[in-house]
Amino acid sequence: MQQIVNFILRNKSFLLFILLFSISLVFTIQNHSYQKSKFVNSANFLSGGIYSKANNISQYFGLKEQNILLQEENNQLKSALFNLDKEIKPSFLDSLSYTSVYNFTPAVVIKNNYTLSTNILLIDKGKRDSIKQDFGVITSKGILGIVDHTSTKYATVLSILNTKSKISAQLKRTNDFGTLKWNGKSPELVQLVDIPSKAKLRQGDTIITSGRSAIFPKGVPVGIIKDFKLDAAEDFYEINVILFNDMTTIEHVYVIENKDAKEINNLINPVDE
Amino acid sequence: MNSIISSNVIRFILLVLAQVLVLSHINFLGYINPYPYILFILLFPVKNNRMLFLLLSFLIGITIDMFLDSGGMHAAACVTIAFIRPAVLKFCFGAVYEHQTIKFNQVEFGPRLTYISILTVIHHFLLFLLETFNFSKIILVLQKTLFSSIFTIILCVLVTIIFSRKSK
Repeated sequence: MQQIVNFILRNKSFLLFILLFSISLVFTIQNHSYQKSKFVNSANFLSGGIYSKANNISQYFGLKEQNILLQEENNQLKSALFNLDKEIKPSFLDSLSYTSVYNFTPAVVIKNNYTLSTNILLIDKGKRDSIKQDFGVITSKGILGIVDHTSTKYATVLSILNTKSKISAQLKRTNDFGTLKWNGKSPELVQLVDIPSKAKLRQGDTIITSGRSAIFPKGVPVGIIKDFKLDAAEDFYEINVILFNDMTTIEHVYVIENKDAKEINNLINPVDE
Repeated sequence: MNSIISSNVIRFILLVLAQVLVLSHINFLGYINPYPYILFILLFPVKNNRMLFLLLSFLIGITIDMFLDSGGMHAAACVTIAFIRPAVLKFCFGAVYEHQTIKFNQVEFGPRLTYISILTVIHHFLLFLLETFNFSKIILVLQKTLFSSIFTIILCVLVTIIFSRKSK
């Protein structure tokens, strides 16, 4: 017993180093596995507060560009609205199913990352605004990511520029669908894989979300095809997609809630609790 | 003694704020960021308790991790360089360190540069290795380590030169 105590006393700094190092390794590994609960994330009172204070100041420098972006979007929505006007036939509206499936919440990005291989954004809406895990996040131009952790006032978003993220997407023209991933290299390019080799692709084809995941509605724009090649087994295409979004200058975003998500997921995975 | 504690507390807060608000958003040439917050570990008083030093290094690492959403990779890298610091001190400063009389603003430029460089490169290599978490991308890790280390070393040396004049 005496010897054990002596050993611990003699090597106490080495043992403390091993302890602290393994704690940080555990945190790191948790951070690398998809959607495990994390103890250390930036959606908390301290870091969220400091980031939103800093963002209050830096927001002013991008006001002009953000205004132009919002104006463009307004313009699009206006034209869509006025064109829609003529096609509405009120007699077909069913008053029971009048409520919409998707719920949109506007939010502001207060921390943006695009240089790491696991990029995470922070937005200024949280549990208080009924944001929950697995809600989709888009901008006026295209998709951005999926909500990961939430605190009372803030939420972290797993960016599409994250090697862990997987989003179901399809070609707008032919409806062939695959999975959207990121290889960690360029913040302008993402990769669409699992498109069967019989699909007919063209450079410049538009990629949209497929609506199969109950996170994003169908038809949210993603980007256009830059180039494509067959994978080693020649069964599937690997496609480089140029994002519509400029991931480096994102500020105003919309969080999408699919109200039927729970019902759909229960149907698909009935064993899961 | 009191002034040592307060100056280290202030240094801790200032370095963390500078790191998370400014320096992590530089993205020079797309991906190069300096991490001069490790100055806190480099300049920590030599005489102090080693256990306390390890705990404080872990604390600054995990604080940076919390802000940058990076799990525990900064903490792991910080604890490692805090642990090997005595050996590096002995290697760089030799006899001066043996007598426990070292003052960082009094040593010559040469040894100081080696000291900063060795610890910075080790820290950055571990950091980027844990960030990529993939041995097959070792070239990318080395590339990031090289460029970011150069950036960090220049900043660290500049900061120590500027602030050592004042404290004399």
